Amino acid sequence: MVTLAAGLDWSIFFKPAFDGSGTYFRFLIVGLEWTLLLSVLSWILAFVVGSMIGVLRTFPGKFLPALGTAYVEIFRNIPLLVQLFLWYFVLPEIVPGLGTLFKQALSPLLQQLISGVLCLGFFTAARVAEQVRSGINALGSGQRGAGLALGFNRWQVYRLILLPVAYRIIVPTLTSEFLNTIKNSAVASTIGLAELSRQSQQLGEFTAHWYEAFIAVTLLYGIINITVMIASRFIERAARLPGYVGGKG
Amino acid sequence: MYEFDWSSIPGALPFLWQGMQRTLEITAVAIVVGIVLGTVIALLRLSGNWALSNLATFYVNGFRSVPLVMVLLWFYLLVPQLISNLMGQPSMDIRLLSAFVAFALFEASYYAEIIRAGIQSVSRGQVSAGLALGMTKGQTMRLILLPQAFRRMIPLLLTQAIILFQDTSLVYVIGLAEFFGVAYNTGNRDGTLVEMLLFAGAVYFVISFSASMLVRALQAKLAS
Repeated sequence: MVTLAAGLDWSIFFKPAFDGSGTYFRFLIVGLEWTLLLSVLSWILAFVVGSMIGVLRTFPGKFLPALGTAYVEIFRNIPLLVQLFLWYFVLPEIVPGLGTLFKQALSPLLQQLISGVLCLGFFTAARVAEQVRSGINALGSGQRGAGLALGFNRWQVYRLILLPVAYRIIVPTLTSEFLNTIKNSAVASTIGLAELSRQSQQLGEFTAHWYEAFIAVTLLYGIINITVMIASRFIERAARLPGYVGGKG
Repeated sequence: MYEFDWSSIPGALPFLWQGMQRTLEITAVAIVVGIVLGTVIALLRLSGNWALSNLATFYVNGFRSVPLVMVLLWFYLLVPQLISNLMGQPSMDIRLLSAFVAFALFEASYYAEIIRAGIQSVSRGQVSAGLALGMTKGQTMRLILLPQAFRRMIPLLLTQAIILFQDTSLVYVIGLAEFFGVAYNTGNRDGTLVEMLLFAGAVYFVISFSASMLVRALQAKLAS
């Protein structure tokens, strides 16, 4: 290992990249930007879809909750990589007209980004849905009953009473889901999206400096992780609910 | 309308089965090594020894902050070099060996957290009772805490195993042909990628969904 450490050549990051986009340092930063863009967009989609599915699962009756359950089971029991390939390779083929539209109107980069966002978004939504559901269930039926008794309709009860509190309860799990999304975004390297792990492989392939490439990217993932964790601690503190575990008062 | 062509599946079944065996091998190795190593790491974290518990924390946080894809790439880079340094020419498929090592070490960090939480969920009174009966710390852990903790953890450990089973498809990034790899390669070769991907997804779904149903039934049984 000592000889290895001595053999590392960090000056590689100041040399021009093979694709002429600047230095290899810049090359990795581009990867970082794609990783963050993909993760943020996916997480927003996951939050919206996950909230709807989670709410659906708490509805009275049989049909709508079963629909929500089916969604969660499907997206939880197929590997993320398979889902990505289904979005990227299969969906444009089997939906009439979509393939030509997808391939002709969009640049390859956009095709990769859209497939990546849809895949990660709908995948993560299944997990967000479970959290939203448990957040709503944690409130008990009293609040729902009180809301209905006051004359709110069901939509108002969710929007004004249940969800605002439920979201605050599940903030810690939502932020850790964001961290998962960032890590999961590395799967997009398999369809060629130039995110961090893809860039490290490219860097290794073109310069043969595998160790430098992997160490740098691993450290970058570590830095992202720590940054998000620190940020989430602030958010969690701000969102804490009085009267709940970890809450004040 | 898209014309589906399922013709390449029957001929590929023997190879898909071989791939599935490889998938199950990786899963099994990672479960066994992951739980054993994970238990050791969890015990180190709870040991009260400053250096050991920090080392264990570093291990867990390190693996948990890096994408599995990167972990696989790392071990595919490291394992061949280590092997050739230690014993010259390897006798087994280097990709498979790298996958074994990567998944085992990666899963250990996830299992360690489940096991630590399990141990911590056993009430403190049990420790005191063990010590009051004259048992040593080690005996209390081995005979009283761990059996209760594991009983409680079984559903979580199994759920993690299902996630692991699905994650093995990621060895695609190091070019190892397990179930998903075989399906993808067959589809690419025959021009039936759409059908093979749908088939692979369906197989993963049926296995994972049935397994998670069984876990749920077991959970209900354990709770009663």
